[in-house]
Amino acid sequence: MPEFAVELRNVSKRFPGPSGEEVSAVKNVTMQIRDGEFFSMLGPSGCGKTTSLRMIAGFELLTEGEVYIHGKPLGQTPPFKRPVNTVFQSYALFPHMTIGENVAFGLEMKGVPKSEIGPRVKQALEMVRLPGYEKRRPRQMSGGQQQRVALARALVNRPEVLLLDEPLGALDLKLRKEMQLELKTLQREVGITFIYVTHDQEEALTMSDRIAVMDHGVVKQIGLASEIYEEPNCRFVADFIGETNFIEGTVRSVDGDHAEFEAGGLKFIAVAQPGLSRGTSATLAVRPERVRLTHTRPGDTPNAYEGEVRESIYIGTDTRYLVLLSPTVNVRVRQQNTVPVGMPALEGPVGVKVWASWTPDSARILVE
Amino acid sequence: MARLYDHHTPMSNRRSPWLTLVSLLVYAFLYAPIAVLMVYAFNSSRTNIVFEGLVNQGPCGPFYWFCRLSNNHEVLSAAGNTLTIALTSTIASTIIGTMAALALQRYHFPAKTFSEVSLYIPIVIPEIVMGIGILVLFSALFRWLNGALSLEGDRRLALGLGTVIVSHIAFSIPFVTLVVRARLHGFDKAVEEAAMDLGANEWITFWRVTLPMIAPGVLSGAMLAFTLSLDDFVITFFTNGPGSTTLPIYIYGLLRRIITPEVNALSTVWILIVLIALLVTQWLQNAEDPFRAVRILARAFSPLFQWLRPGR
Amino acid sequence: MNILKRLRDKNSRRGLWLISPTLLWMIGLLIIPLILVVITSLGQRDPDGNVIYTFSVNNYLRLIGYSFNAPCGDTPPPCFDDLYITILWRSLVLAFQTTVLVILVGYPLAYYVARAPARWRNLLLFLILIPLWTNFVIRVYAWIMILRSQGVINNLLEAVWPVILPVYTVLYNLILSPLSAFLPLHLSAPGAFQPLEMLYTPGAVLVGMLYEFLPFMILPMYTSLEKIEPALYEAAADLGASAARTFWRVTLPLSAPGIVAGTILVFIPVMGTFIVSDILGGRQVILVGNLIQRQFLDARDPTFGSAASIILMVMTLIVTIFYTRRFGFGEEIASA
Repeated sequence: MPEFAVELRNVSKRFPGPSGEEVSAVKNVTMQIRDGEFFSMLGPSGCGKTTSLRMIAGFELLTEGEVYIHGKPLGQTPPFKRPVNTVFQSYALFPHMTIGENVAFGLEMKGVPKSEIGPRVKQALEMVRLPGYEKRRPRQMSGGQQQRVALARALVNRPEVLLLDEPLGALDLKLRKEMQLELKTLQREVGITFIYVTHDQEEALTMSDRIAVMDHGVVKQIGLASEIYEEPNCRFVADFIGETNFIEGTVRSVDGDHAEFEAGGLKFIAVAQPGLSRGTSATLAVRPERVRLTHTRPGDTPNAYEGEVRESIYIGTDTRYLVLLSPTVNVRVRQQNTVPVGMPALEGPVGVKVWASWTPDSARILVE
Repeated sequence: MARLYDHHTPMSNRRSPWLTLVSLLVYAFLYAPIAVLMVYAFNSSRTNIVFEGLVNQGPCGPFYWFCRLSNNHEVLSAAGNTLTIALTSTIASTIIGTMAALALQRYHFPAKTFSEVSLYIPIVIPEIVMGIGILVLFSALFRWLNGALSLEGDRRLALGLGTVIVSHIAFSIPFVTLVVRARLHGFDKAVEEAAMDLGANEWITFWRVTLPMIAPGVLSGAMLAFTLSLDDFVITFFTNGPGSTTLPIYIYGLLRRIITPEVNALSTVWILIVLIALLVTQWLQNAEDPFRAVRILARAFSPLFQWLRPGR
Repeated sequence: MNILKRLRDKNSRRGLWLISPTLLWMIGLLIIPLILVVITSLGQRDPDGNVIYTFSVNNYLRLIGYSFNAPCGDTPPPCFDDLYITILWRSLVLAFQTTVLVILVGYPLAYYVARAPARWRNLLLFLILIPLWTNFVIRVYAWIMILRSQGVINNLLEAVWPVILPVYTVLYNLILSPLSAFLPLHLSAPGAFQPLEMLYTPGAVLVGMLYEFLPFMILPMYTSLEKIEPALYEAAADLGASAARTFWRVTLPLSAPGIVAGTILVFIPVMGTFIVSDILGGRQVILVGNLIQRQFLDARDPTFGSAASIILMVMTLIVTIFYTRRFGFGEEIASA
């Protein structure tokens, strides 16, 4: 069996809190990260993603569990002996050294001969598109440039794994989007395993091969971007990633991998998680862009009901509607503004009656 | 406070002329004594009670008293002592104070609160109490040691250069610690983590990353310690002995005897040195790259170093 | 148990190692000496001037006035002598006077520099720093040259005497003579020029103190004032406040931390000064500092001197604690 680039087994981190009680930052986390993949840890602040990253880097000691790099357990090895390098959120460039000296630092620590350092630094800077900047100083560079220097400084050492701690957080939107693509391309070129931490789900979806979604120290779901998006396994993931409609109700019956669901007097058929049984309280999750609006009753799905448009908001690329299907059930709908499919009337369709529908496979029944 | 403000002018950025006048008067108040001091350094009257006109004696002419100063062995020896004490105590207290600042800012250990409090004590008690205390300590200590080790004559332990230096270190440490701690306050620890991430162990991280980054703070602390030591009177007064007279003590002694314009000349020289030192400090602090400024200074002084090199 | 566990922690060990020289110095040259001073103050002086270590509060009692072991002037002990209370009180009063004067004189200058255009500010500050870094003793000496009977002031007065004399005659006859009992200066009848005897008076000491400690007050006040963003003044004006009201309600309260910090920097040293009173006050003005100095050098009674030192320290601490409780500590990071 090929070994994983990084593996976390039953990793936990606890420390004493402000009032003496124990705080659990990371609870029994297990992950396998494959060689050469772009792996992201995604979640809100405080979910434990940064702590996990720092445990891989060696800046935090594990309370329980073990971290393996290419099969070797790391134990209590200090960070300067680990075959990983980190790109920090604040870049952490050495202010009293030139860019060249910054990038060369890791090589110097490893004892790489001086003759080799120069060319390697040059190559690293070219790779991040900052050729010839060796003599400059960090304070003379913009945020985006500093970030690329931090990247070069880490990559020049050819680490087995590169760790990135929300490196794009301080950049403005446009620059951030550019850098996301650049990082993705760079990772493909270099082929090193990237472990990326972020709270921005769009960023994670853009760049990652696989994503681990975390909340309150626990891993909720690991999978491809498409899996996370289309097949969330719990309410948290469905809520955190993109937008979702949640309809509370009860399971009426289960039939294989589908189930019948009742809410607010309406009945729906949707994909069912294993372990559901009749009478369970659950939530129906369906994404706004999966809801189709028509003037007449569609015949191809049992999930079709007539409702009234309550809100209509035009935002350029799409129009978003709020449709009331029953006194307790309303759904948000998103439709692309491509002419002429969908609702033709864009000016004030409020109050208009429409049919909202979606296929059984577009919706999932989630328990937590 | 009504005199400060012109009631007819709304509070804008224009300053009241009254304020400017008062400020000028205060500045004059601050500088008048210094000016008087410097003028009298050129007094032809030996007794220096009345200004009798510009002195013009000997080969140095108007600078007669200054030249006499350079031949005055007592003054030179006192100056030498002052410098020795200042340099030694500065180096020691800077190292010790920086260590303390690092300890207090970054680590938790038993006796941490005690250390913090004890560092504040020299600042809140009058200097004379500290001076007395150290005097009592050394008196008792030496009396006991001299007796126990049967030391006689020249070998007896007594107040002198050593006791002064040790005392200066004592009152300098809190100030160095304060200054360096202020510098450590906004320190981004990520940089140290970055260094370790790149393969530097803790010692190398300290020398190559931490220390250079806090260097300006450490230098400020050192300069503060240096000035405090140079200027100190009270503590030195109670801890010095024969052979360890410093300039302030010497001047104080002179004031009880005959005051010739030589004292003024000495004072003038002192003021000028302080002025130059302050200017250099300002220039260093304002320089874009303080290390470049230090390098320029070093290069400027290198002929001097060449000249001083042993075996010339 | 807890300490032992913490000692084994690598973090604690390193912290302790780093702080150890400091602890050595602070305990050795600060704590232990202070303890020794307390012990000495409870001792007695033997006829040779050495210390007998006993437990006796005689020295403290003597400070309050009840002398059991030393004569009060001509009277043998036990006797009552309020000399020392007077000295203590005088020191307190002088410290208080100096602090108030320093605030009054220094505030305008601090305000001026704080609101000066940025490019002048450094220079103006620099000009305040220079006297500060000049030696204490030298600066006091300068005042001798100015205040003495043939000093600068009297020389100037003598030079303009012919002009002043008529004015002085009128003033003297009408106002000064009837009030002469209330004035601190000794004034002579109008006639030939008589130099003002300014040196070796309490007034001279006060002026000396003011001069010495003025920069110590200006700098913290400046720091506070400089932090007030200019927009606040504009806001006050916008809301209808006159210049005076802006000062009372906005500027003064916001600059209070600086005043507090400066007070601590001035009050404590003044309480313990002996140089200024020695040089400018001669034998006429004796403060606690002088008392202590003399006990250790001339009278050779270290026990009494120690007691006086402890009383001085306690008085200073009480005032400081009371003051900081009421007003807070104020940031006084030295701006070297």
